[in-house]
Amino acid sequence: MRIICPHCGERDRREFYYKGHAVALDRPAPDAGVEAWDNYVYLRENPAGNTRDLWQHEAGCGAWIVVERNTITHEITDTTWVTDAVAGDPS
Amino acid sequence: MRIAGKGLLDRSKSVSFSFDGTRYAGLEGDTLASALLANDVRLMARSFKYHRPRGVLTAGSEEPNALMTVGSGGSQEPNVRATVQEVFNGLDARSQNRWPSLQFDPMAINDLAAPFLGAGFYYKTFMWPRAFWEKVYEPIIRKAAGLGALSGEPNADIYDKAYAFCDLLVIGAGPTGLMAALVAGRAGADVILADEDSRMGGRLLAETYEIDGKPGHVWADEVLSELKSMDNVRLMSRTAIVGAFDNGTYGALERVLQHTGDRPKGGALETFWRIVAKRSVLATGALERPVAFRNNDRPGIMTAGAVRAYLNRWGVSAGQRVAIFGNTNDVHRTARDLLAAGVHVSAVVDSRHDAPMTDDYRVYRGAQVCNSSGRKGLESITIRSASGETKVQADVLAMTGGWNPSVHLTCHMNGRPTWQRDIAAFVPTPGSVPGMHVAGSCNGTFSTAGCLRDGAAAATAALGELGQSAPDVAQPHAEDMPYEIAPMWAVPGKGRAWLDFQNDVTVKDVKQAAVENFRSVEHMKRYTTQGMATDQGKNSNVAALAVLADATGRGISETGTTTFRPPFNPVAIAAFGAGGAGKSFAPERFTTSHKATVERKAPMIEAGLWYRPSYFSKAGETTWQESCNREVGYVRNAVGVADVSTLGKIDIQGPDAAAFLDFVYCNMFSTLKVNRVRYGLMLREDGYVMDDGTTARLGENHYVMTTTTAGAGEVMKHLEFVAQALRPDLDVTFTSVTEQWAQFAVAGPKARGLLNEILSEPLTDEDWPFMACGDVKVLGVDGRLFRISFSGEHAYEIAVPARYGDSLFRKLVQRAEELGGGPYGMEALNVLRIEKGFITHSEIHGRITAYDIGMGRMVSAKKDCMGKTMTQRPGLEEPGREVLVGLKPVEAEGQILAGAHLYKKGDEPVRTNDQGYVTSVCHSPTMGHALGLGFLADGRDRHGEIVKVVDGLREVETLCEVVDPVFFDRDGGRVRG
Amino acid sequence: MDNLQAKSPCAGLLPLTIGKMSLNEEAPGALTSLAPYKGKQSALSKAMEGAHGVAYPGANDTSQGDGARAVWFGYGQALLIGPAADVELSTHAALVDQSDAWSVVRLNGPEVEAVLSRLVPVDVRLSVFPVGQTARSLVMHMSGSITRVDADTFEILVFRSMADTLVHDMKTAMEAIAARG
Repeated sequence: MRIICPHCGERDRREFYYKGHAVALDRPAPDAGVEAWDNYVYLRENPAGNTRDLWQHEAGCGAWIVVERNTITHEITDTTWVTDAVAGDPS
Repeated sequence: MRIAGKGLLDRSKSVSFSFDGTRYAGLEGDTLASALLANDVRLMARSFKYHRPRGVLTAGSEEPNALMTVGSGGSQEPNVRATVQEVFNGLDARSQNRWPSLQFDPMAINDLAAPFLGAGFYYKTFMWPRAFWEKVYEPIIRKAAGLGALSGEPNADIYDKAYAFCDLLVIGAGPTGLMAALVAGRAGADVILADEDSRMGGRLLAETYEIDGKPGHVWADEVLSELKSMDNVRLMSRTAIVGAFDNGTYGALERVLQHTGDRPKGGALETFWRIVAKRSVLATGALERPVAFRNNDRPGIMTAGAVRAYLNRWGVSAGQRVAIFGNTNDVHRTARDLLAAGVHVSAVVDSRHDAPMTDDYRVYRGAQVCNSSGRKGLESITIRSASGETKVQADVLAMTGGWNPSVHLTCHMNGRPTWQRDIAAFVPTPGSVPGMHVAGSCNGTFSTAGCLRDGAAAATAALGELGQSAPDVAQPHAEDMPYEIAPMWAVPGKGRAWLDFQNDVTVKDVKQAAVENFRSVEHMKRYTTQGMATDQGKNSNVAALAVLADATGRGISETGTTTFRPPFNPVAIAAFGAGGAGKSFAPERFTTSHKATVERKAPMIEAGLWYRPSYFSKAGETTWQESCNREVGYVRNAVGVADVSTLGKIDIQGPDAAAFLDFVYCNMFSTLKVNRVRYGLMLREDGYVMDDGTTARLGENHYVMTTTTAGAGEVMKHLEFVAQALRPDLDVTFTSVTEQWAQFAVAGPKARGLLNEILSEPLTDEDWPFMACGDVKVLGVDGRLFRISFSGEHAYEIAVPARYGDSLFRKLVQRAEELGGGPYGMEALNVLRIEKGFITHSEIHGRITAYDIGMGRMVSAKKDCMGKTMTQRPGLEEPGREVLVGLKPVEAEGQILAGAHLYKKGDEPVRTNDQGYVTSVCHSPTMGHALGLGFLADGRDRHGEIVKVVDGLREVETLCEVVDPVFFDRDGGRVRG
Repeated sequence: MDNLQAKSPCAGLLPLTIGKMSLNEEAPGALTSLAPYKGKQSALSKAMEGAHGVAYPGANDTSQGDGARAVWFGYGQALLIGPAADVELSTHAALVDQSDAWSVVRLNGPEVEAVLSRLVPVDVRLSVFPVGQTARSLVMHMSGSITRVDADTFEILVFRSMADTLVHDMKTAMEAIAARG
């Protein structure tokens, strides 16, 4: 498996650390309530198809990356540096 | 026997090897199989289950029968295919799965018991009594099962791994692959051409057809020499592509030194490659199918393609009188090749009713071979035709049931092949592997001209996708015969007809599976074992599922295939694990004091990747406990020195450094004064403790955080995640400085005295109170000093740039020894911290909150932080939680074991009465008895209670008093003194 | 007491020559990590050019000045190699002394790409990885930095504590390549 790091280019999967679904980017406000926090910390979809998850280019530049990929075909459709993803800038 | 004038080998290059202790001569370029056939050795193996005599069936890596053991001792390798292993001077090969010898094997009695040993024999036989499963049946089955054996010694050979990259990977160097590589190479693309064979050319080496008026192998050599001259083309022979993976990654196994006895020191026997290709051309060719008929497994019965390969490539005829049997024009191709070489063809049996006739040899049209006879090799065959049965003398039968395209790699990413009726074979389903173009006979194109065309077209298409244009490469002239096949899987009749030679699976077994309702091809496979072991059914899958389809009244397409998974060929675990054995398993991290520590013969223990001293034993000490007790005494009574460089150190700077720390720690760091240190507790977002450590404020916007040794990597990742993903609004930077600084704990009542001898400015209580930090000058070098303590004593940690670590450690230890102290190791460090109730990851193991360790009030009410919301959930601060306590045996010699569980004094020690557990234990030389830290339900309210501490595994039960986790110097007078 | 004595990370381990390849420890001078604050990268680059004659390098790139080099060292980080960093740079970036944190070695010889292909999972062919290019990647199991110094030479950095492993892994790969003849 190969992942395109927004800084380093295409790299082998073994350079990356996997965290989990990109829902981890949407941290609720402290007073958002039990349901919001439960969703944020514990509940995860397990989609057959497109998903967005978080990887860190741990053995490379250290950047955290949002990877959009398909769990059936294993196709990776997009990779974005988290800070850009959070800012809503898809570039 | 070797045929004069035939073959591509140099007759002057003789090689001497041995098989089962007998020496033979072969030629350079021979495989074990071709060399043995040249020496008229046909009996090469015994079959798996029935121990029937077997010879070589094929001439390629799909060989099911001729498996041998090569080498000895730590280099012994079982199940080596004689069709792949090249001979070299000194090669020592032995037959396997036979006792006492290949010629005489009493286990062949199994063959007589065959009626009882059919499909499902083991499942049906070894059912009861249940008590026999492990003690009786398994040893029997294990003894009978298996092919070759390992030596049991560590593998003495070196394997390595490597990466390669290219625009286009061409898999297979037959006519298709050569043409594809030529087109892509001339276009200037980066090409890797890989082929599992020792010599490239594929079937062109095994057939007599011409290309552009030249023998095929000559054309192949010309193309190869052009490819060799191109800088952009890399030829990898003896390299099998064994797997196709995501995003253009291919696994490949290269036999680097397997073919030679000249093995230089440090050389890898095999290299496991990971090849990343933007595009690939699959040109793996096709594998010939045997035909199932009664007794079709005798030595001498081979695929027709193998007979031609041995003749045309290796100049060997497998026998004197050859009969030929099949259902395509290959039977005639084989007959013509043999006749041209002067080999007697005793019969040609063409199952097709419209088979071509000739005067050159006897053709049995519309006939079938229905039986064979001979003791340890073929002597005659029985031909059945409309006019009855005829026996014909033959010592070789060349058989062909048609060809199966080698679709395997196209199935590695979940692809399923498609049945193509006109060639009676499965072909790859387009698009099965992204970026892969399938060409030639692996795509069902069987003529030479068709393969050449396909190869060029596939390369052109791949180049187009890469934005490169293909040059004009003239299409070479070659035979373009149509492929006409009449499907034939199994010849009807009594007796056993083999489908899977390697697993001794017959037509009857597959039918039996269908009768017992194992109708799915996956179930049939597992019930009969068809398609397992080293050949993975390459010779038998399609015929077996055709028989299954027939037995279940379905079509072949509907029945489907089993799943082809990587690896395509057997790969030694050592090759997969290359770069992961011995010292290459993981990096060893050595502190700057490592050398001095090893010189003192301290046993080292691993802490993550780091190596740390367990204890420093002294003359006269016989147990680690004695050394540990002495070292604890150094710190409590004089001064001890320990290397603490392994703790993670992270330099944090920026205008928002303080705000950031407030967010990642549950307590406040913005309020910390410059030149002061504070203990910090870090929570995960789910509210449980992640890590702890001290953080020093070196400037207004400058901190240095320490983490635990084990948590360093995780914490760094966490900080980077928080900064990049959750708080990109904060302007803060991180740099790991763990490696920059060598840091030593100097602890004990004489610590300050020792340091004052080496620091340029003496330490005073006013300037250096507990938890102070700052820059110092130590023996001519700029360093840092932290007055912190993990032992509860008056202590410091002194840091210098790592290049001075070795020097400083030696001086500190030398001076400490003069002061009645010395170095201490991890055992003493652990005792010192347990005596003080300090936690490590034994306590903060992932299910522990700040409340549980008595630090609930550290979670600041004044700010949000990671984990704050979740740690306030109901249930995480309620009565009944197991919280940190100290445990002290009621009787002085009482023993506490880590992992033991806690029960009320009068309760039965059963799960339902469980009250908690022990996390850390030690013998405290300071207190004179055992100490334990653990978690006990409502433990803070139960100090003084006597509980039962039970280790069920080691059967130790001890009564302990629940006490405060700080056993020693509870008011902290010593650390401030 | 005597002053402290310095010791290099690979002391006693290098140099090493196997076949056509050699491995040497470098003494590159000071290593300073530069991590620019938000929006300060171009100001930092200007200040670097003024003080040391090297610009802040782009991703996977290096810049070479007279006596100073700047090597891209990951997301938001570059390594200034050679002189001690000018303190003025600290108005734009976090400066962290890393002079003792890394083992710095150079692998030289005609088979440098073949040796690295055993160790590093990136494409190091000259056409793809030209002189002056750098990458953060793995060196066997170690996180490292590799920079192409010239056609036949790579500079490799891994953590100081891993010097023994680095030399072991490099030596293993060099021997395997030498054995191929």
